[in-house]
Amino acid sequence: MLEPLQYEFFVRGLVSATLVGGLCGFIGVYVVLKRMSYIGHGLSHAVFGGAVVSYVMSINFFVGASVWGFVSALLINMATRKRMIGADAAIGIVTTASFAVGIALISRFRTFTRSFDAALFGNILGVTNGDLIAIVLVVTLSAVVVIVGYKFFLFATFDSEVARYYGVPTGWVDSMLALILAATIVVSIQVLGVTMIAAAIVIPPIVARLLTNSFAHMMLLSAGVGAFCGMGGIYMSYYVDVSSGATVVLFSAALFMAVLTFTWFRSRIASARGKAVRKPSLIDLESG
Amino acid sequence: MLHPGPHQYGQEPPIVELRGVTAGYAGRHVLTDVSLSIMPGDFVGLLGPSGSGKSTLLRCMLGTVDVYGGDVVVEGRSVTRKRPRAGYVPQLETIDWSFPVTVQEVVMMGCTMEHPLFAWHRRPEKERARRIMDRLGISRLAGRHIRELSGGEQQRTFLARALVSNPRLLLLDEPTTGVDIKTRDDVMHLLDELNHEGITVVMSTHEINSVAAHLPRVVCLNGKLTADGHPNEVFTSEILSRTYGADMPVTRYQGITMVAESPHFFGKDNRAPVHTETAATDDS
Repeated sequence: MLEPLQYEFFVRGLVSATLVGGLCGFIGVYVVLKRMSYIGHGLSHAVFGGAVVSYVMSINFFVGASVWGFVSALLINMATRKRMIGADAAIGIVTTASFAVGIALISRFRTFTRSFDAALFGNILGVTNGDLIAIVLVVTLSAVVVIVGYKFFLFATFDSEVARYYGVPTGWVDSMLALILAATIVVSIQVLGVTMIAAAIVIPPIVARLLTNSFAHMMLLSAGVGAFCGMGGIYMSYYVDVSSGATVVLFSAALFMAVLTFTWFRSRIASARGKAVRKPSLIDLESG
Repeated sequence: MLHPGPHQYGQEPPIVELRGVTAGYAGRHVLTDVSLSIMPGDFVGLLGPSGSGKSTLLRCMLGTVDVYGGDVVVEGRSVTRKRPRAGYVPQLETIDWSFPVTVQEVVMMGCTMEHPLFAWHRRPEKERARRIMDRLGISRLAGRHIRELSGGEQQRTFLARALVSNPRLLLLDEPTTGVDIKTRDDVMHLLDELNHEGITVVMSTHEINSVAAHLPRVVCLNGKLTADGHPNEVFTSEILSRTYGADMPVTRYQGITMVAESPHFFGKDNRAPVHTETAATDDS
């Protein structure tokens, strides 16, 4: 277990993946509970488009991709809030159009095609000290914003319309979540890759939901599960020599299966003992 | 069930006043030229078919719909200038029952805007929530998930959220829809008790005989105000026909007005209707 820690790149990758995993799990709670799981997948693709545009225009990657992702998230929120179209359709249109911009630019300027392999699939070897600082900054800011605005985030996520009646500034809450989500995806790209981020955002909250019925506990559990999967996935990546994004997601999926099996057995045992107390289940996440 | 009684008004100004209000959503008018005064201590039922503007009228009082004409004044202030401090209970069917939230967490949501700069709820807010939960008999359920509750307990949980900020005005959107008879009876008695403690109650309902007929005051809507008064005055075939756009025969039994809500056989031709009488009669 300690052998890979002698390599500086591995330690940097391990810390990055743990922080990114925790961050994705933390923000993923809102994404899953607002029934917008697809947004992680869509926004990561949108951010990819922003990354290509910032490269072409010689803008800093973090700035260009974050602004692009934030604007995409706001457009999705706006379309959904105005009930012009459904959230799934809004995500599909905005993010794939954004991704297509990136692909079109790559096709037009073929010289840098290979540089984006890591962005698509994740490459822990490529994590620089600058990336790590960006991750620490986003984790710290996200934690502060979510903790300070906890009451607002809870009410607005539970029932946005009634929260508005009680005076909660739901527009600001949605915008802050969109900003944090965009920043999360931007700093996660190098570690997880565009194609794997969605799973890192969705699996930890679902695992946490299976284990608790409380929103506060779900947030803490989800962040913990995400961090654990990030760490476990990087170790797995080192030993099986596979891209870091894939191993983090495979590790998360294995943990999900283990927890699902555990909760299934637990409910069977509770039924056998005649306990009528209802436990959380996957149905909770599917029913509306 | 409740028994309508004469209402005693003091010298106070109306707690809610609508003056020629036209309101709706995104340019579409749902309510047209509605004028209505609700006095402190009133217990008002809003009645009308689906889409008649009952929920929109409640939202007018919350200041959350587009007002195209007239003015809505709650507790002496126009809702366009300041958000009114009213408790609101939504329809239970709009609640996401799978959301991971406990009874205590739902009740505390009612205090969200009291100290917005504090990340967590403060001790006085928690103590007040505990008192309200004791009052409504749900303290023992504080740590339970909302889906583990009975219909009556669920309704009382959302009522507690509305009451935790000590509102003088309580607005409820169809609080008795989709619950069994016992729960409906419990909810209505609870609202009656709260009303007797000085809280003004305005609720929408679809239940004419089992709920609205027992209230002291009923307001009928169908895009505009069609009637306002005691159920004995409001429940006439003419007013109900104007409100619902259908014949609804009315009878009286032991002093209570009864409305035949479905007087016709569905899909059957040449059958006599259940009630042939359309004029009001009094058996008492």
